[in-house]
Amino acid sequence: MGLKRYIAIRSLTMFGVLMITLLLTIALVGSNMDVILKQGIVYQVRAEITENPAIAESFSTVEEFDKFIQDQIDQRIETLGLDEPWYSPQRVGFTMYKILILDFGNATFLTSDSGSSNVGDILLEKIPRTVLLFTTATIIISIIGIFLGALAGSKVGSAVDRITSAFAVISSSFPVWWIGMLMIFLFAFTYHIFPARATPSILPTEPGYILALLYHMALPLITIVMIGFGAWAYLVRNFMVGTMQEDFIIAKKSAGIDKKKIIYKHALKNAAPPIITILALSLSGSLGGAIITEAVFDWPGMGRLYFEAISVMDLPIIIGATYVLTVLFLISILVADLLYGYFDPRVKTE
Amino acid sequence: MSSVSPTEIKREFMKSKIGLIGVIILLSLVILSVVAITTIPIDTFKQWNNPGNWISYPKTSAPAWVNYFVMEKIPEHLILDNPTVVTKDDIISLTSHQFDVQYHYDDFPSDFIYEINVEYSGSQLLQISLIRPDNSQILLVSKSLPQSDSKITHHERIFSTDGNIKKNIQIHFSEMGFYNQNTTSENMIFANNNGDVLKGNYLFLVNIYGINENVNVIDSKLILGGKAYGMMGTDELRRDLAVGLLWGTPLALFIGIAVAVGSVIVGLIYGVYAGFKGKKTDEAMMRFNDVIYALPALPFLIILAVTISNSIFLLVGFLMIFSWVGIAKVSRSMALQIKTRQYVEASQMMGQKNSKIVFKHIIPQLLPYAFASIAISVPAAITTEAGLSFLGLGDPTFPTWGQILHDANTYGAAARGIWWWIVPPGMMIAITGLAFVFIGNALDAIVNPKLKK
Repeated sequence: MGLKRYIAIRSLTMFGVLMITLLLTIALVGSNMDVILKQGIVYQVRAEITENPAIAESFSTVEEFDKFIQDQIDQRIETLGLDEPWYSPQRVGFTMYKILILDFGNATFLTSDSGSSNVGDILLEKIPRTVLLFTTATIIISIIGIFLGALAGSKVGSAVDRITSAFAVISSSFPVWWIGMLMIFLFAFTYHIFPARATPSILPTEPGYILALLYHMALPLITIVMIGFGAWAYLVRNFMVGTMQEDFIIAKKSAGIDKKKIIYKHALKNAAPPIITILALSLSGSLGGAIITEAVFDWPGMGRLYFEAISVMDLPIIIGATYVLTVLFLISILVADLLYGYFDPRVKTE
Repeated sequence: MSSVSPTEIKREFMKSKIGLIGVIILLSLVILSVVAITTIPIDTFKQWNNPGNWISYPKTSAPAWVNYFVMEKIPEHLILDNPTVVTKDDIISLTSHQFDVQYHYDDFPSDFIYEINVEYSGSQLLQISLIRPDNSQILLVSKSLPQSDSKITHHERIFSTDGNIKKNIQIHFSEMGFYNQNTTSENMIFANNNGDVLKGNYLFLVNIYGINENVNVIDSKLILGGKAYGMMGTDELRRDLAVGLLWGTPLALFIGIAVAVGSVIVGLIYGVYAGFKGKKTDEAMMRFNDVIYALPALPFLIILAVTISNSIFLLVGFLMIFSWVGIAKVSRSMALQIKTRQYVEASQMMGQKNSKIVFKHIIPQLLPYAFASIAISVPAAITTEAGLSFLGLGDPTFPTWGQILHDANTYGAAARGIWWWIVPPGMMIAITGLAFVFIGNALDAIVNPKLKK
C-alpha cells in the first residue's frame, strides 16, 4: 500500500467518523432542540401581543383571540421549518451542512466574555485558553516523562526505575479532578499561595491580564503535570527496556560507545515512533478530558463551556463544541498516523 | 506469543508482591461490600437523598475520632435512644425515662432535642428535668399532653430553644444569682459558675405522670447536638458519610467489573472473529472499530447521560460502548498470529465449523491476556463513572463516591475546610483503582514476557 493511498484512506475514514459523530449528536439532542425552539416561539408571540394591547382589543371573543395566537405560532413554526420533525432528511441535511461550513448559529443562553452569543465567537474565545493550559501541561509532561523514562529504562531495577514505576502506577489511579480539589483545599484555602478560581478577576482588556492569567494557571498546571508525567515516564521506560535489549544497542555497548550517547541518541530515537504517536494522541485527548478538570478549577476554556452548556441544555453550543472537539481529535489521530508512517518505514511498505 | 498455562500463571502470580497486595486490597473491598449489604438496611441508601431521613444527625460534623488528636475535645453528637425505663403504678402512675450523659468535652453542645412518640388516653403530664454533676436539679419542661378520651398516638419534639425551657432556666439560675440572659439554654445548663463547661455526669429525667396507667412510650430519643459524629462525620445535608462511603464500595466494584468484563468479552470476540475471517470482513470490521475509536468519549457520555438516562445500569452500557475498541485491536492482531499455527489450519482442513475454531482453539489462547485487560480496564471505568457523577450526571438513586464529591464541591467543602467530605471518597476511588492496577500489572508482566526484565 503506497503512502498516498494510505493517507487518502485514513482521511476518508476520518471524514466518515466526523459525519457519524455529527449525526449521532444531532440524533441525541434533536428532539430536545425542537421542544426548546418551539417554546421559544410561543414565548416570543405572547411577548409581542402583551407589548401591543391594541391586538387584544380588536377581538370580541376569547376563542377568536386564542385562535389568532395559535395561527401566529403555527405560521412562525412553518417559516422556520419546525413543522417537520427534526429527523426529516431536509432538516438534518440542512443542520449538517450549516455545521460543516462552521456556521453554528446562536447560543440559547450562554455568551462570550465580550457579550456575543454567536457560537463561533464563543468557541474562538475559549479554545485558545484550553490550548494554553492543556498543551502547556502536555508538553511539560512529555519532556519530564521522556527523560525520566529514558533514565529509568536504561537502569532497569535501579532506585530511579522503581520509584518511577511505582509513581506511575499509583498516580494513574487517582482522578485528576480529585487531586485538583485537594490542591485547591491545600494551596488556596489552607495556605493562601494560589487563587482557588482559575478565572482571572480582571478583564482581558486590562494590561496585567496575561500575568494574572499565568498566575491563575499555576495550580491547575501543577496538578495536571503531577498526575500526568508518571504514566508517560512508565510508557517511555517500557519502550526503552524493549529497545535496550535489541542487538544493535548491545553491539554499540560492546564497541565501547558512551552510555549516555547510546541512550539519548540511538535508543530513544528508535523508540520515537510510538512515543510521537502517544504525544499526538495525548495532546488531543487532553482537550476532551479537560471537561471535569476545567469544571473543578473553574478554568474558562472549552471544557467548562461544554459543562455549562450541558447544565442549561444550550444545544447549539453542545453541537458546536462536540464538533470542534471531534475535529481536533481526528486531526491529531491523522497526524499521529502520518508521523508514525514517516518515522517507521515498515508502515509504508506494508 | 507464547501461551502460558493457568498453573504457571498462578505460580508466577504468587511470587509477585504487587499482585498479592492488589488481591488483598480487593478482598478487603469485597468484605466491605458484604458488610455494607448485610449491616446497612437497603432503605438507608434509598433514603440517601431524602433530607427527612437525616434530621436527627448533625450538620457538617467531623469524624468522632478527631478528638483523639486534638487538645480541645469537640463535643460529640449524641443520639440517645436507649434510656433506662422506670415505671411506678400507684394512684398516680409514672413512666420515667432516664438518659445518662457523660459530658467531658471542651465546648458546649450546639443544642438538644427530645423526641417522643407516645400512645395514651386521658390526660398526662410530661416533665423533663436535669440532674447536673454538682447534684443540682433543674426543671426544664413541664407540660400536659393533649387531653383525649380515646387512645391516641402523640408525637412531639421539644427543642432546646423552647420558650418554657428558657423561662425555667431563668428561674433556676436567677435564684443561684448568675443568670445571663444573652446565653442560650444549653450553654447555661452545661456551664459552671464561671461560664465554662462543667464536665461530668448529666442525667436527663423524662417523667410522664397520669391518673390511669394507660401510657405506652413507643419511641423516646434525646439528641445532644455536637460537632463530631461517627466514623466518617456528616455532610452539609446531615447525611452520615460512613453510609455513603460503605454503599459506594459495592457500586464502584459493580460498575468497574461489569464494564471491564463486558467490554473485554465483546472486544475479544469481535477482534478474534475479524482476525480469523480476514479479507473484506476484517477490513469492514476494523473500519467500524476506527469509527468508534475516534468518537470523543467523555462529551458523548455526557450527552448520553443528559438526553437518554442517567440510570446506573445504562451508564454501564454506555461505558462499554467506548471501552471494547482497544481490546478488539489487540485481539485481532493476536488472532492473526494464532491463525497461522498448524493445529488451527489442520482443524480448518478437517472441516470444523468456524465458530468452533474461534471458541475452542483461538480464544482459550487469549484468555490470560483477557484477564490482564479486565483488571487493567476496571480503574478507568470507575474513574469515568466518578467523573460523570462529579459533574452531577450520576444516578441520584445510588450514592456513589463521585456523587459525594459532587455534593462536596457544590457546598464548597474545600473552601470551608471540610476535609472529611473530600478526602475519603477520593481515597476510596484511588484505592479501588490501585487494587486492580496492581493485579493487572502483575498479570501483564506474566502474560507479556517482554516486560519481564
